[in-house]
Amino acid sequence: MAVKHKPKLAVWKFASCDGCQLSLLDCEEELLAVAGAVDIANFPEATRAVVRGPYDLSLVEGSITTPRDAERIHQVRRASKYLVTIGACATAGGIQALRNFKEVKEFISIVYATPGYIEALNKSTPISDQVFVDFELQGCPINKYQLLEVISAYLNRRKPNTPPYSVCLECKRRATVCVMVAHGTPCLGPVTQAGCGAICPSYNRGCYGCFGPKETPNTAALAKRCARIGMSDPDLVRAFRTYNSYSEPFRRESIAHEQK
Amino acid sequence: MNKNRTIKVDYLARVEGEGALHVRIKNNKVTEVKLKIFEPPRFFEAFLRGRHFTEAPDITARICGICPVAYQMSSVHAMETACGVTVDGPLRALRRLIYCGEWIESHVLHVFAHRAPDFLGYPSALEMAKKHGDLVRQALQLKKVGNEIVTVLGGREIHPINVRVGGFYKVPSKSDLRPLVEKLKWSRDAAIESVRAVGKLEFPDFEQDYEFVALRHPNEYPFNEGRLVSNKGLDIAVREFDDHFVEEHVPYSSALHSTRKARGNYFVGPQARYSLNFSKLAPVAQQTAREAGLGPVCRNPFQSIVVRAVETLQACDEALRIIEQYEPPDAPSVQVHPQAGVGYGCTEAPRGILYHRYRLDDRGMIINAKIVPPTAQNQKTIENDLRHFIPDRLSLSDEKLKWQCEQAIRNYDPCISCSAHFLKLDIQRE
Repeated sequence: MAVKHKPKLAVWKFASCDGCQLSLLDCEEELLAVAGAVDIANFPEATRAVVRGPYDLSLVEGSITTPRDAERIHQVRRASKYLVTIGACATAGGIQALRNFKEVKEFISIVYATPGYIEALNKSTPISDQVFVDFELQGCPINKYQLLEVISAYLNRRKPNTPPYSVCLECKRRATVCVMVAHGTPCLGPVTQAGCGAICPSYNRGCYGCFGPKETPNTAALAKRCARIGMSDPDLVRAFRTYNSYSEPFRRESIAHEQK
Repeated sequence: MNKNRTIKVDYLARVEGEGALHVRIKNNKVTEVKLKIFEPPRFFEAFLRGRHFTEAPDITARICGICPVAYQMSSVHAMETACGVTVDGPLRALRRLIYCGEWIESHVLHVFAHRAPDFLGYPSALEMAKKHGDLVRQALQLKKVGNEIVTVLGGREIHPINVRVGGFYKVPSKSDLRPLVEKLKWSRDAAIESVRAVGKLEFPDFEQDYEFVALRHPNEYPFNEGRLVSNKGLDIAVREFDDHFVEEHVPYSSALHSTRKARGNYFVGPQARYSLNFSKLAPVAQQTAREAGLGPVCRNPFQSIVVRAVETLQACDEALRIIEQYEPPDAPSVQVHPQAGVGYGCTEAPRGILYHRYRLDDRGMIINAKIVPPTAQNQKTIENDLRHFIPDRLSLSDEKLKWQCEQAIRNYDPCISCSAHFLKLDIQRE
């Protein structure tokens, strides 16, 4: 079948570490195939050539933290037919959303000698707080095979297959013994969405929730269990306040332990 | 050509993060050069306060997706000095090994995806691949081997999960590392070829009298350990960093500018490391560098692409040596008990020295943190380079001058998300 035109792919960056878009460059074996299937129209980390929009598929990395970015995301949305957020920053506000629990002015003055030079919003927020998002890919960082799945699904006009179940299923599948049951190591696996391949437990450490909440997570039950193996309330606050702290389930749970 | 003009690069491509350059030219004289970093500030040093010392490696990794291992290494060393612990033997060797992986991955990305297209006249490696398919495929393969080292030791290439204060959560067996040997032998040969290939590129005649700053170790090419030295008399322990370097906040950048007290700008990164530590390179790296036309000191920033290729070779060679000598340790980490105090860590990130300092209370909670990334330290040197680079090129059209300026900046492989804090180019001729 003759293809009329190659879809235009654009990559956009907001507040982030660049790791999620690097995942695309890290697809060493598949990168040239991806470049063959789409027209990479805007990807400043990889190329200085810019093709004008509109774009068929936009991958958005990073969270909204400045007044300028809060406007720019609307321009990106207007220029994009299908918009996918990639990673914990774009999907949940990222590590920089830790400011949302504090006074941002205080944060600025800790880091910068002349706070007046710095423009920052009070909160770091996910892209979906600002504009309509067609699909969200979780993870800090995202898994590159899941990213390829999202691009491939888009090219073939189907829904991406990114399971909403917990990391526990991935542990079972790779036959990793449960670190919490067998060793009493606190683990966020039961409330965290699969996708990483359950790496941490296979290295003898508990999951630290970098893929964010699974569908319908029972964070309260997990917190109780973790308390029984020695975690204090401040420990639990910190455990839920990392890379996905501003996602609703993790936010609610951390606030519950802060108030105790 | 107008004698007064402004040249703007609004969004610098093929650098990590976001930045812009503003240059003002009045009567054919460069009157102003501002490297603006508009990477939104993320306040790491602020939210590290109140976190447990064991959390710093995972949290600070998120400063940069390109060099997370560097952040993990500087933070674990800082925490270990605060708690009076030394990590030695195979654990120390494994730290060097994971760092080799990151250097390979980061340098190859820079050499082939970010920098070679400039020299060969393409907007990107992907466009370059259409004519130079074998070159790009070989580079991707080399980069992949770097990533595989990080993945075997760290669990994944970006934000590895296996590094902890005191060592690792789990150490590899000898058989886990064995599959890397054949790949690294191929990589070492591929790296030699790439040094030869980039050595043949044409470089502008541009040398400056830099103050290079890097770590120096008595018998190793530096990664994790050494004294901070320069070619202009600096020779200090890492804990003395704050006595000799200051950070300034300038209005046009969210990255703090770092300078040597009473001296001014300085240069960190592969070229500084190389020029201060040539004699510590493996014989194969020294010889290949000489064959590619590099002396033991390199003052032309445009040749940094060759230096990065040499360091890639060094990292492949070092990784092989570490794997061949590896005997697994008895425990994957040494016990670290928190104590009140201050810890200092400085390691060689792919882009140069990365300094961390933490003050801890007796429960191991972080009271304050300071992080000085490589790009912040090079900002003033980049601006200075441009001040000297532009005057000889004023006859160029704005478009060509812009591309040349972008290249002078990309020499430093600026990692803007690290500097929190980068590129648009704006040349104003008045």
